[in-house]
Amino acid sequence: MIGTMPHLVFLIALILLFIAMILVLIRLYKGPTLYDRVLSTNSFGTHTVLFIGVLGFLSGRPDFLDIALLYALINFVATIAILKFFRYRAIGDVLIKRESKK
Amino acid sequence: MIDTFTNTVLFTMLVLTALAIVRMERLFAVVMLSSVFSLLSALLFVTLDAVDVAFTEAAVGAGISTVLMLGTIALTKPAVKKSRHNAFVPLIVVCITGAALIYGTLDMPAFGSLDAPAQIHVGPDYLSRTPSDIDVPNVVTAILGSYRGFDTLGETAVVFTAGIGVLLLLSGLRRRRDDDGEDI
Repeated sequence: MIGTMPHLVFLIALILLFIAMILVLIRLYKGPTLYDRVLSTNSFGTHTVLFIGVLGFLSGRPDFLDIALLYALINFVATIAILKFFRYRAIGDVLIKRESKK
Repeated sequence: MIDTFTNTVLFTMLVLTALAIVRMERLFAVVMLSSVFSLLSALLFVTLDAVDVAFTEAAVGAGISTVLMLGTIALTKPAVKKSRHNAFVPLIVVCITGAALIYGTLDMPAFGSLDAPAQIHVGPDYLSRTPSDIDVPNVVTAILGSYRGFDTLGETAVVFTAGIGVLLLLSGLRRRRDDDGEDI
């Protein structure tokens, strides 16, 4: 397995993925605005999904791809919550607040 | 070799994220960073082949607790309150606790070693009996769902009760706010 061509390709993909993760993390640490941070968090979640996929193929057991898909769903929930926070400045009581404004 | 490389890079990113969490002033950014922290630790669990633990970590740490933290920020203030006390004593306590934890791992069997107590006690028994007893491809599922089924039932009952309790508390809160008829 080790030293074969696909293995090398996945290894290079892993290294490039790490570089991409570090770039995203730098943007997350420095990020001047909150939107940079939201975008980089979301992007890091995507990188998580990709990493699980690449690691599965690298170790020759791509059994966990479905779990990687679930990570994408978790990431989606978190992003929706963050965007809702931006829009309404609240997570749970949005309906009550809007009704009381009328 | 590849495992060492992966673990080193992931742990470096984890430590950097933790340092950034400590130094960050804006709590919104801290929530983002802790979400990334939990994704990174989930990735470390994946490299250790503990995908179920990793999934729990990601669902709880990056999913639910991000939402809960954002809700908390919405109810409180989004900036750090300057602490007045000295950080020296907590640092010593943390160092002593960390040293004790590392000392506790010293006499543990090596990772994946075959003569570890976890591998020789009941593990082989489960592994050999599951195909004939239960006929489920995943041994973990067989143990949780059948061999320790009552245990799992108890845990589910506890989680269910906790969920019902939280829902009752929250609905009571909403009713009180409706009665007041005012903005929060």
